[in-house]
Amino acid sequence: MKIAITAHGSDCHATVDTRFGRSNYFVLYNQDEKSWNFLPNTPSCEAAHGAGINSGQILANDGVKILITGYVGPKAFRVLQAQKIDMYSLGEITGSVEEALEAYLSGQLKTINSPNALDLKNK
Amino acid sequence: MLISIASGKGGTGKTALALLLAIVHGPITLLDCDVEEPNCHLFLNPEWQNPSQKVTVTIPYVNLPLCNRCGVCATACLFNALVVSTESILLFDELCHSCHGCILACPKDAITEESKVIGNLIQGVSKNHPHITLVNGTLKVGTPSAVPLIKKIRKDYARPIGDILLDCPPGTACSMVAAVKDNDFCILVAEPNPFGKHDLELAMKITQMLNVPTGVVINKGDSGIGDQSIKALCENRNIPILGIIPHSLSFAKQYATGQIPDEFKHIACTIWENLAKQRSLVQ
Repeated sequence: MKIAITAHGSDCHATVDTRFGRSNYFVLYNQDEKSWNFLPNTPSCEAAHGAGINSGQILANDGVKILITGYVGPKAFRVLQAQKIDMYSLGEITGSVEEALEAYLSGQLKTINSPNALDLKNK
Repeated sequence: MLISIASGKGGTGKTALALLLAIVHGPITLLDCDVEEPNCHLFLNPEWQNPSQKVTVTIPYVNLPLCNRCGVCATACLFNALVVSTESILLFDELCHSCHGCILACPKDAITEESKVIGNLIQGVSKNHPHITLVNGTLKVGTPSAVPLIKKIRKDYARPIGDILLDCPPGTACSMVAAVKDNDFCILVAEPNPFGKHDLELAMKITQMLNVPTGVVINKGDSGIGDQSIKALCENRNIPILGIIPHSLSFAKQYATGQIPDEFKHIACTIWENLAKQRSLVQ
């Protein structure tokens, strides 16, 4: 199973990014091989519109099945759902990618069941 | 002569100036291209001549039985409007620019087009100023781009006969460019303060890029709170100031009740004269 975590950097020590569509990197963890990898998200960051949609497509093309991020907008949510990628919320985690993965593996993260990007505005 | 009335900053008095210029002119057509919030009709009280015309754009329609989910359409789309999953194609029609790229790219000819209504347009003659014909475009709420609607208004009504005034949307984004492009002249309305100057400068850059002859009208130009920045900027850029409208509480009060005050008619006449001079200079 491939897990993607939105991050400001490209390795497991990078700080997590709560944004999905315009996060700089997706740090990838392959559960079967127990290996780390990453995908730069430059095309989405540079897109005028549809960054979340593009990010969803990038993850799907790479075979990612689980996403750990902060906030997902309505368009990105539609894409991730259609691509059958499960979404988990970082919640209060603001540290490293490794920390976020551990929290997920120990079952501490809640699933994102509906677009929650608007929650950010109300914060 | 097609004359647009634009501004960088919003609320500087585009509509007020368009209405003033229209009432002192002979027979004239006014195109309300501020389609996100058209308001000229509130002042002109037009008798609408025909049922409103629906304005549509084309969006792709994917014939799923023909589609093999190859994803070429999604790659071809520059606006991220299409997503391909193993089971279906997701279309985000609000991002589609109707470029037909996906239709051309599809190797299975599985994509055709369908129409989507984005707004309507209607024409009428003013009851209180019968020499003014108003064309009103209204964008459907939730439609992200006004550009196709503005283009349609111009295509159908901006005929090269007589003078036509075009009330532009505010700002310097795509919708303003669509309204100002290929005009014979553009009047930029500005307020004499740092915000007004900043946004006027942006608007000047646009008209310069579009190669549209430009003049400036300063609104509330005499007020004590204003500065000399607009005058200095116009001098610097060699852009003529066509007129200065003073600040007036009585004008604002009448305008707020949907009337076009007589107060500054003489200034509107002067602006037309200055426009005529500019026009002869241009030609």
